[in-house]
Amino acid sequence: MNSAYFSSAWAVAWRYLHNLYTKPAVFIPGLVFPLFFLAAFAGGLSAVGDTPGFDYYDFTAFQFCFILIQASALAGVFVGFTIAGDFEQGMGRRMMLATANRSALVLGYAIGAALRLIVVWVIVTGVSLLVGMSIRGDGFDVVGIYTLAFLANVAALFFSAGIALRFRSLQAGPLMQMPVFIALFLAPVYVPQALLTGWIEPVAKVNPVTALLNGARSLMAGEPTGILAAYGVAFALIAVMAFWAIRGLRKAEVAG
Amino acid sequence: MAGRSVTRLIRQPAMVIPSVVFPLFLLAVNAGGLNAATNIPGFPTDSYITFAIGFTFIQSAIFSTMGAGQALAQDIENGFFSRLVLTPMRPSALMAGQLAGLILLGQFQALLYLAVGLAAGAHFAAGVAGYFVLAALVSVISIGFGGIGLIMAIRTGSGEAVQGMFPIMFVLLFFSSMTLPRNLIEQDWYRFLATINPVSYLIEAIRSLFIWGWDGEALALGFGIAAVLAVLSIAFAARSLQGRMLK
Repeated sequence: MNSAYFSSAWAVAWRYLHNLYTKPAVFIPGLVFPLFFLAAFAGGLSAVGDTPGFDYYDFTAFQFCFILIQASALAGVFVGFTIAGDFEQGMGRRMMLATANRSALVLGYAIGAALRLIVVWVIVTGVSLLVGMSIRGDGFDVVGIYTLAFLANVAALFFSAGIALRFRSLQAGPLMQMPVFIALFLAPVYVPQALLTGWIEPVAKVNPVTALLNGARSLMAGEPTGILAAYGVAFALIAVMAFWAIRGLRKAEVAG
Repeated sequence: MAGRSVTRLIRQPAMVIPSVVFPLFLLAVNAGGLNAATNIPGFPTDSYITFAIGFTFIQSAIFSTMGAGQALAQDIENGFFSRLVLTPMRPSALMAGQLAGLILLGQFQALLYLAVGLAAGAHFAAGVAGYFVLAALVSVISIGFGGIGLIMAIRTGSGEAVQGMFPIMFVLLFFSSMTLPRNLIEQDWYRFLATINPVSYLIEAIRSLFIWGWDGEALALGFGIAAVLAVLSIAFAARSLQGRMLK
C-alpha cells in the first residue's frame, strides 16, 4: 500500500460524503430513524423499566445502547446501498478502472461511513442527553461503547458491501438490510437478557449482537462485564465479513 | 378489474410476502422480548402475544396500503391507465377493482394471523362470532388504508412516491398503543400522541376481541374510525381519479 492507495481511498470517501450531504433524501432517513426508534422505545416503553427483575439503572440509557448499535450498523448498510447504486449506474466500473488496488474502494467507502457515523452519533447522543439520559460509566467506558458501535458499523458495512459487489444492483437492498435488521431485533432489545422468555431466549443467547449489546450496556452502567466477549465477537464478525467483502470485490472484478 | 387485481396479487409473491411475513416477525420478536411487560401492575392479560396480536392485523393493513397504491401507480407509469381511460369504465369500478385484491389479501392475512396467534398461545375471547367481526373490521380498515394508497398513486402517478409513504405509516404505527396499553404509558407526551392517533383505536378494537371478547366501546370506536377513514379516503381518491381522467 502506497500513497496512491490511500489517495484513491480518500477520493472515494470524499465523493461518498459529498453525494450524501448534497442529497437530503438520502442523508435524512439515516438520521431520523434512530431518533424515531429512540422516541418510540425510550419514550413509549419506559414502563417496562418498572418490570420486576429489570435491574438496569436507567431505561433511556438501556435503550440508547441499542439505538447506538442499531444506527451504526444501519449506517454501514446504507453505504452498501451506495455501492450497489454506483455499480448500477456504471460509476463503480469506472472507479475500478481508475484504481490499481481495488480494495482501496472498499476502504474509501468505509472511511466515508465512519465520518458519516460521527454526525449520527452526535445527534443521537445529544438528543438522549437532552431527554435526561444519565451515564454511569467513566470516560474509558464511554470510549468503549462507541468503539463497539464503530465495530458494528464496520461489520455491517463489509456484509452489505459483499452483497452489493455481488449483485451490483439496488434491487439487492432488502438482502443487505433485512438480515441486519433481523439480527438486531433477535437480541435483548426491550429487556435484559435474563428477562427474555420463550423461543427468543435461546436465539438471543447465540446471536452475536447480544454480546455487543450486553457489553455496551455494562459499560454504560460503569460495571463492565463480558467486554472481552463483546470485542471478540465484533472482531470475529469483521474478519468474516471482510473476507466476504473482498470475495465480492473479486467477483465484481471478474464481472468487469 | 377485480379479477385482474386478484390475479396480479397471486402472481407477484414479492408484493405479498413482505406484508404477510414482516408483521409476523415483529409479533414474534415483541411477544418474546416484551413478555415480561405482563408483570407490570394493571397489564390487561398475562399473555403478551394475546395483547400484541391486534397490532399485527393493523400493521399488515397499513403495509397493504402501499401494495394498492403501488399497483395503480405501476398502471399509470406503464400507460395501462391511459388505455383504460379510453374505455367507458366508470371511476368507481376502477377503484373497486383495485381494492378487491387488497380485501382478499386482508382476509387471508386475518385468517393466517389468527391461526398463527392461536397456535402460539394467544387467546381469542370473542369466539367464533368474533372472527366474523374481526374479518369485517379488517375489511373496512383495508379499504380505508387502501384508499390512501390510491390517492397517493393517482395524485403522483409514481410508485416511488407511494413507497415514500412508508416512513409516515411507520410513525403512525409506532406512536400508538401498539406495545403498551395507553394507561400504562408513563411519558405524558407519548400517551398524548397515542391518544390522538386513530391507529391506537383500530388496534384496541381488534385487541378487545382477543382479551375481553365483546367490548362495545372499543369496537364502536374501531369501526367508527375505520368507516370514517374508508369513506374519506375513497371519496378523495374518487375525486382525484376524476381529475386525472380528465387530463
